[in-house]
Amino acid sequence: MDGVAVGSLYALIALGYTMVYGTLQFINFAHSDVFVLGAWISYTLAVGLGYAAAGTSPPAYAGLLILLAAMVFCGAAGFTIERLAYRPLRKAPRLNVLITAIGVSLFLQNVGQLKWFFGTQPQRMPSLIEDTVLARFGGVQVHLVDLIGAGTALALMLVLDWLIFRTRLGRAMRAVSHDTNVAALMGINVDAVISFTFVLGSSLAAAAGFLYAMKYPGLNQPAHATWVLLGLKAFVAAVIGGIGNIRGAMLGGVLIGFIELFGAAYLSPHLRDIYVFSILIIVLLVRPSGILGKAVAEKV
Amino acid sequence: MRSSRLRSRLPLGIALAVSLAACGGGNKSAGDSAAAAAPAGETILIGHYGSMTGSEATFGQSTDNGVRLAVKEINEAGGIRGKKIELKTYDDQGKSQEAGTAVTRLITSDKVVAVLGEVASSLSLAGGRVAQQYGVPMITPSSTNPQVTQIGDMVFRVCFLDPFQGWVEAKFARESLKAQKAAILYDQAQAYSKGLKDYFKKEFEAMGGTITTEQAYTGGDQDFSAQLTTIRQTNPDLIFVPGYYTDAGNVAIQVRKLGITVPMLGGDGWDSTQLEAIGKDAIEGSYYSNHYSFQENRPEVKNFVDKYKVDYGVIPDGLAALGYDAARLLFDAMKRAPALDGKTLAASIAATKGFAGVTGIITMDPNRDAQKSAVIVQVKGGLPVYVTTIVPKP
Repeated sequence: MDGVAVGSLYALIALGYTMVYGTLQFINFAHSDVFVLGAWISYTLAVGLGYAAAGTSPPAYAGLLILLAAMVFCGAAGFTIERLAYRPLRKAPRLNVLITAIGVSLFLQNVGQLKWFFGTQPQRMPSLIEDTVLARFGGVQVHLVDLIGAGTALALMLVLDWLIFRTRLGRAMRAVSHDTNVAALMGINVDAVISFTFVLGSSLAAAAGFLYAMKYPGLNQPAHATWVLLGLKAFVAAVIGGIGNIRGAMLGGVLIGFIELFGAAYLSPHLRDIYVFSILIIVLLVRPSGILGKAVAEKV
Repeated sequence: MRSSRLRSRLPLGIALAVSLAACGGGNKSAGDSAAAAAPAGETILIGHYGSMTGSEATFGQSTDNGVRLAVKEINEAGGIRGKKIELKTYDDQGKSQEAGTAVTRLITSDKVVAVLGEVASSLSLAGGRVAQQYGVPMITPSSTNPQVTQIGDMVFRVCFLDPFQGWVEAKFARESLKAQKAAILYDQAQAYSKGLKDYFKKEFEAMGGTITTEQAYTGGDQDFSAQLTTIRQTNPDLIFVPGYYTDAGNVAIQVRKLGITVPMLGGDGWDSTQLEAIGKDAIEGSYYSNHYSFQENRPEVKNFVDKYKVDYGVIPDGLAALGYDAARLLFDAMKRAPALDGKTLAASIAATKGFAGVTGIITMDPNRDAQKSAVIVQVKGGLPVYVTTIVPKP
């Protein structure tokens, strides 16, 4: 159950990576920091709305409210980042944008650590849902929090899937990822579509951050190594599912989640990161374009 | 054309510049003097390095508060031989590299006569080597791993050692909690945790108990379900978690989430208000060993707690008490020393006998360690409540 819950979080983050790669052909290294931002914003909102005091039991809609607020905030953050940092470099060599992405990532991490932002200490996320064990079979416990987490993630992924494959906007996004210039010739507002891609990816990352804070309430400070590792694993998930492929990202996320937790449970918990990265190496050797990715022939 | 390119680059440039400033600014905290500014040459400068930020931030902050209180007191009493004490504090962010850098800077750049710090044994090891190399005495208020004072004759400590702490915890577990089987979950990345785990295991087994399983995590980990599921299957009477407070809080949350109801036992690394803030009701009812309890009935404790509450508004934890004791012991040694150069001051510190500290009577033994008692506290109602004192074997 844990594997599904964590895997779906990886999937949400991986979607952001994959969508940006699909439309812009570059890896947005700052994406995992939006995930951290989402988790910490959720904490700040929860405390700000007064749910941290002992003995308060927040109303049922509190979680939903904070989730939506976090998604909106991070969506705006993603939009801002794209406008300020990436759009001016749209015509520049790929390397420049990658370095900029790293810069944005460092910026987010260090600003997040400032006193008037989130501070440098770990904090405890107030629990917005009364966690209960719903079922128990063979040593496996199904927790309410995990179910809600996986359920929310699934719902978001279904909405995204519908958006990308069944709406005009989604078609525009796919067109831009296919060939930006031709899409522009066809009358698609490329700038708006790309901005929307970032907003979408960032709000999914925020949702993942909120759900992560629900599951692991002891939040580490924003520049802690554990966040970097999580973002990295989500990136691995995007790659092994086929970078640029939406359904691949979802599949990759869940797969990575399972492998990591099964490996930790049945092999050795010390090597949990090794399982994830070994899978990456294996997939890249055997099927470099990812599980659902299409092999792109080099046109000479 | 050119100006519009520049304009579109400007916000990016600003963003990057700010990030660099934030990076640089985050690395050192402002060192400031505790006493009123005195003319240069009329002050004695001492240094303190601690984790003001990071997962163990309360350690550094509390210790610094304790040290500052001691500095304020001695300056109000006239200083040492007419000179006021000035304190410079650096933040090592909980990282060994930064700890070494901080001590190097204190000694070579600020030219302090003595260094106080650190709390985490891994960081004291890093800083202690630098102090030993430069021949400047260093007193660690709270590092309990034996390796720290083994660095050399410039490194001292005012707290008890982990071999003793492990024995205290084993004794309490066997005699008071009547535990027969214990499971261990320790931090494999911290010298303190590994050491304490070994000492506890040795003593617990020597007293007739059995360790059901030893599981490890890395500090900062969030998911302990694999380790805890294994622990649950071995059915222990208690879980020993010799780690730092952030991890202890997170472990407690997951222990209860998995339906394990036995109490947890920890060491002085749990001592922080953040333990209860993070662990909340999951950590209620668990025990840990510590250097002192604010509820102890000794007059030194009462005085200290009152003075600390006046200055800082909160109840002092063990780190603050040890910081206070370490600073006062240093000042006492300075008063007795004929000169303040490294070797003489170190000899004077080493000669400390029967110093009455808040955390107990401190006498420096030949290894530059202190022989003291430990207390056991239990987390009740979000506070560490005093349970008992355990004195060293005669």
